Amino acid sequence: MVRGTRLPISVPAKRNKQALKLTRWIGLGLFGSWVLIALFGPLLAPYPMGAFVSDTIYGGASAAHWLGTDYMGRDMLSRILTGARYTVGLAVAAALLSSLVGAGFGMLAVLLPRWLEECVRRVFDTLISIPSKMMALVMVSAFGTSIPLLIVAAVLSYAPGAFRIAHSLATNLATLEYVQVAKTRGEGRFYIAAFEIMPNMIQSILTDMGMRFVFIVLLLSGMSFLGLGVQPPAADLGSLVRENIGGLSQGALAVIAPALAIGTLTIGANLLIDSLSKSRDTQKE
Amino acid sequence: MLGESLTVRDLTICATPPGGEERTIVDSIDFSLTPGEVLALIGESGSGKTTIALAMLGYARSGCRIAGGSVQLGETDILSLNATQTRALRGHRVAYIAQSAAAAFNPSRTLMEQVTEGALIHGVMSRQAAREKAVSLFHDLALPEPDRIGDRYPHQVSGGQLQRVMAAMALITDPALVILDEPTTALDVTTQIDVLRAFKQVMRERGTTAIYVSHDLAVVAQMADQVLVLQNGETQEQNATARILEQPSHDYTRSLLAAARPHAQLSPSAGERGEELLRIDDLQVGYGSRHRDGRPENVVLEHINLQLAKGQAMGIIGESGSGKSTLARAVAGLVAPSQGAIQFDRRELSTTLRGRTREQFRRVQMVFQSADNALNPAHTVRRLLDRPLQTYFDLDRSARKARVEELMDRVRLPRTLLDRKPGELSGGQKQRVNLARALAAEPDLILCDEVTSALDTVVGAAILELLAELRRELGVTYLFISHDISTVRALCDDVMVLYHGECVEAGRCDAVLTAPKHDYTRKLIGSVPELRQGWLESRPLSRAEATA
Repeated sequence: MVRGTRLPISVPAKRNKQALKLTRWIGLGLFGSWVLIALFGPLLAPYPMGAFVSDTIYGGASAAHWLGTDYMGRDMLSRILTGARYTVGLAVAAALLSSLVGAGFGMLAVLLPRWLEECVRRVFDTLISIPSKMMALVMVSAFGTSIPLLIVAAVLSYAPGAFRIAHSLATNLATLEYVQVAKTRGEGRFYIAAFEIMPNMIQSILTDMGMRFVFIVLLLSGMSFLGLGVQPPAADLGSLVRENIGGLSQGALAVIAPALAIGTLTIGANLLIDSLSKSRDTQKE
Repeated sequence: MLGESLTVRDLTICATPPGGEERTIVDSIDFSLTPGEVLALIGESGSGKTTIALAMLGYARSGCRIAGGSVQLGETDILSLNATQTRALRGHRVAYIAQSAAAAFNPSRTLMEQVTEGALIHGVMSRQAAREKAVSLFHDLALPEPDRIGDRYPHQVSGGQLQRVMAAMALITDPALVILDEPTTALDVTTQIDVLRAFKQVMRERGTTAIYVSHDLAVVAQMADQVLVLQNGETQEQNATARILEQPSHDYTRSLLAAARPHAQLSPSAGERGEELLRIDDLQVGYGSRHRDGRPENVVLEHINLQLAKGQAMGIIGESGSGKSTLARAVAGLVAPSQGAIQFDRRELSTTLRGRTREQFRRVQMVFQSADNALNPAHTVRRLLDRPLQTYFDLDRSARKARVEELMDRVRLPRTLLDRKPGELSGGQKQRVNLARALAAEPDLILCDEVTSALDTVVGAAILELLAELRRELGVTYLFISHDISTVRALCDDVMVLYHGECVEAGRCDAVLTAPKHDYTRKLIGSVPELRQGWLESRPLSRAEATA
């Protein structure tokens, strides 16, 4: 019986599974804690967000101020706990909307008459050719910055990508026989899109949405860093980095902490998405 | 003699499904071959025949493990070799010919590069010698232009030629053992006969020991000296081919033989014809840009005329590319014809889906070949059957539930399957669900596109019987598209033979199939392998080969 075991038999599935579990838990831990902070952060904050609580500026970590103080002597921990809400909330809203718009059009476009499909595709192609940050900057300078406008800018920048992915997935699915069966049954476009095509691509759409979330976090943080994002007295993670940029030369915790916060949020989201899409691949086999 | 003896003892292979318990999929298989002998492994899909064949290469698919036993080729114990030694063995002393040549070739490299690759990797011969060897193999395999065919790319030769080129690729190192895994299953019968003949000749000449994996007993009867019948990874019967064919001792072998024999006429041909249900006049279908006279650039179907009476079954036969599926799709409204008219129940049927009424959608149902693709994997069986009821009939929830259960009974499926998804059903069960969905609409005309082709012979025969029964009891009309003459003979009253998009012969099924008038029909019928040894040798050479 033992003889067979000396063969070069490929059993990589097991080893990958261990690694997969680990990244999933790390990703889930990081991302989940940021979601919890976004929800309950303000309740946990030891001081009010805007209160001047210390005389030292750019103070280091201490028992009273775990993450030190910022350029005006405010408690950094409280500011991050409160500010995370803007970053996570805005990005989630914008990611959901861009996937909804992109995937919705992507699926419907497949079922539209040829010329209309081409028109929809050209519109999205035009949008995708504009750099996202440039588009956001132009919109902010034209209409002034506000939270709804930031969301619209993010959606306009990232929905075209979601459209591309959804459209190519749907094109493949639409040629399958069950879609043709539905067509010869006389089903309408919306039924085919929503019940025949969508359930078979929802996983990929969700993975894509996770990626868009990461991009949008970076876009919004970038906008805030330029001073064009969320405006004071409110502050998201990007604005926290910008406010305290003066402390960079001293290596102040006030600038490192929010930067790390953005890093852990995006890395956590990435790890989670990665492990989810990979475990789906192994399931398929 | 190049072949070597092969002895397999107690071969056991286990598989671990994702998230499941390990189970044995091949259970203590024993067989031995003298040099030059050909053994056929025969069984349904899932019986472990390919798994056994791959074990001869010392290979187990991902998730599988060779748990025990020995494979002795000549002096070598294959299963005790280390990784380097196994690599030296594969493609050199043991070669593999796969089912789909199209998938096995790299489309971006010439045939010659790929055929000689194995010999060069193993350093058996110089590049020049390998090329000469390849050309002589092309010659022996009756390939056209053997000196120049190697410069072509895979897409520039036909499927049957590509399959023969793959045989050249396997034989270039003069292997001691060749594994042929369903090498002609994907081919048309008219091509299959040439490929079988070429394979048989080169294997005979070289005295190669071979394992031939197939589900087709008639093909096996031509190729093999011994047959091993498998079911669920266990040997059912093993004997010389002649004995298996004439005196099968095991029940399972007998059922395989019964399914492989030409089917008896399943449906009584109606004495007098009913009212006309479907009429096609001078149909032309094509794609590409239209010429000035309205003729498309590529014409797939032309000059098709057809009348189908209520309750009648008409078979459409032809090889791949003959346009037979396109005909069904045109009737279903999925492709718009460029010329001609389709009448259904004496009313003009719109050429596009948009122009059809709900009643027309309901009365014409199409059943696709592959139930895997025809059933949405995201929906449960209940939902798949419920949807046509929702679309076409005004039924409340409980009436629909009752009707769904009635449909399950009708196609002989247990009701416990209702809440499963297609992925959890077997191939035959999926095809039954596929049929039940068409029946849910209470159609008058069912377009069956190769409904038994993807199924094992035994399962396919059961589906065919079900079709005949539905016709007797419900009086549905069939347009039955198939490449398999025996299924058409069993089910249909009338038959139409398509060749390159044109109808070459049409008429009563028994008349056309017993006394064909057209050359092509004769060739098509003569190419279907018969369940007796020596059939292949008795067939006259086709014209292409005779001139080569």
